[in-house]
Amino acid sequence: MLIDPVTLIAALIGASTPILLAAIGELVVEKSGVLNLGVEGMMITGAICGFVVTVNTGSPWLGFVAGALGAAALSSLFALLTQVLLSNQVATGLALTLFGLGISALLGESYTGINPPLTPKLFPEAMQQLPVAGPIIFGHDLMVYLSVGLVAGVAFFLRRTRAGLILRAVGESHDAAHALGYKVVTVRAAAILFGGACAGLGGAYLSLVRVPSWTEGMTAGAGWIALAIVVFASWRPWRALIGAYLFGGIAALQLRLQAAQIEIPVALLDASPYLVTILVLVVLSSNKGRANAGAPAALGRVFHASG
Amino acid sequence: MKSLSLTLAAGLLAAGSAFADGHEPFKVGFVYVGPVGDLGWTYEHDQGRLAVEDAYGDAVETVFVENVPEGADAERVMTQMVLDGADMIFTTSFGYMEATNAVAAQFPDVLFEHATGFMRNTPNVSTYSARFYEGRAVIGHIAGHMTETNTIGYIASFPIPEVIRGINSAYLHAREVNPDVEMRVVWVYTWFDPATEADAARALIDQGVDVLMQHTDSTAPQTAASEAGILSFGQASDMYQFAPEPRISSIIDDWAPYYVRRVGEAMDGTWEQADTWEGIGPGMVEIGEMTEVIPEEVRASATALMESIADGSYHPFTGPINMQDGSAWLAEGEIADDGTLAGMDFYIEGVEGEIPN
Repeated sequence: MLIDPVTLIAALIGASTPILLAAIGELVVEKSGVLNLGVEGMMITGAICGFVVTVNTGSPWLGFVAGALGAAALSSLFALLTQVLLSNQVATGLALTLFGLGISALLGESYTGINPPLTPKLFPEAMQQLPVAGPIIFGHDLMVYLSVGLVAGVAFFLRRTRAGLILRAVGESHDAAHALGYKVVTVRAAAILFGGACAGLGGAYLSLVRVPSWTEGMTAGAGWIALAIVVFASWRPWRALIGAYLFGGIAALQLRLQAAQIEIPVALLDASPYLVTILVLVVLSSNKGRANAGAPAALGRVFHASG
Repeated sequence: MKSLSLTLAAGLLAAGSAFADGHEPFKVGFVYVGPVGDLGWTYEHDQGRLAVEDAYGDAVETVFVENVPEGADAERVMTQMVLDGADMIFTTSFGYMEATNAVAAQFPDVLFEHATGFMRNTPNVSTYSARFYEGRAVIGHIAGHMTETNTIGYIASFPIPEVIRGINSAYLHAREVNPDVEMRVVWVYTWFDPATEADAARALIDQGVDVLMQHTDSTAPQTAASEAGILSFGQASDMYQFAPEPRISSIIDDWAPYYVRRVGEAMDGTWEQADTWEGIGPGMVEIGEMTEVIPEEVRASATALMESIADGSYHPFTGPINMQDGSAWLAEGEIADDGTLAGMDFYIEGVEGEIPN
């Protein structure tokens, strides 16, 4: 029995959406010059907040809003610590992941083994039944379209708007941006909150659509993959989309190849997205002569107005 | 980066252990591969830990670290536990084998118990496991009866003997009652990753699978089975919240009696190196309630099979059984020896596909 490419593509889009949402948020955060390694913690917080609210209200949409708000609230802690109290971003980000994993386990204690109300598909049944285009284009829920829209929005915002230009300026040189009168801390805090909300949406998508149930630690490293995708994408929104679909696509493909009993070296295929990431880094660095080609110049550096 | 956070976690855990009355409790550490709330494998080990606390009260103190990756990180976590005063450490995943033996060699006064492994390099390392394949025989029997598409799906974790044994045992007993049955195996290379497990389940369901087995730790495949309206079995823990459908029965690991016994022996000084491998008979493996979705006569035949395994009158690997390539493995009436089973690295005849290496 062979693999049906249509169901494969439909599956990979769904499988990639959580990491795409988290990656696009983190991309904006990093573009503003902040490295938030707490994506995993924010995702899982979004997963539990979304799950709890959906189960209690019966509305997946309220759940997604709650997931975004919950994770944004967690990221506000990161913003406070790194932007106001000037703590180390790497250490604070790691702490945020630990905190998120812990608090989500606590919140979710009584929510294991429950099935949430299903998230409806956006388009009517008739459109989903269309051959080929039905499952691939019309067969998803609102969040999938929103994630692609978000990529387009972020790409437009960063390239074409004044606010986007300011955000990039802050990320390239916070001292220069500060000297020009831009509020570095405010811009960065806003970016961090946006990143948190996106990671929360990604987490909620995991617990409400992709799995869908709550299990402690259920993100199982998805946040770290989102961080890798930002680097893979060399901080460009559309490349992040390609990266996320590539990671998700290979994962979905290899499972299906196995289920169809087609002989493939599983481990190699599983590792291939990481190999591609390394390859991309090598190509980028050789082209521009810099190892961190495309990285915002002020990434991870602490800003203080006096300095 | 994940490893760093784990080391931090280990450090934090260690910080909360100060006893003032001068009487030091016996300290037992547990290293877990997943979270205690997985409702599967790690959950059952943690139930065992809690049973130890119940049994010995203030005389013991237990600590655990969850989500410890298999490999070098595990070694750091174990070393940290020893440095924080652990007298005995249970390492509860196959992939901790080298790490357990490496740390045990450095600390001869600390006792180590490694689950599902076979390496005991120093006298302070014991190994223990359950004969999960006995449970697999029973659920394979049920699956063979229940499948209508004659296609059983199997979500496998890593290609290690324990997992391969389960696939062989389940297939063998499914085929016994349904000669047309086919088994589809998907290797996910993880013990715990709900999203991947769910995707694997869906990939199998798309291929026509209508009965699903898993050798991974989360309940995600149960949810996927429920969505698709197919049947499944609880794994490692009862997963009863998915009964009566999709979960129609389960394999439960009960570690508590073993943990209580071994900690007791360690405390009174009678602990000795051992290689324990117990099944349905002694109660280390249990079969969860068979729901009414299973026809009564199948429940009866499955129960009879379970009882014959428990009282030792039947061994799940009794010949004639051929290997995948058709060559003879067990002759008529021959029973597989524990050595071969412990190192099983081949499929039996009829299982399709290759074991990845």
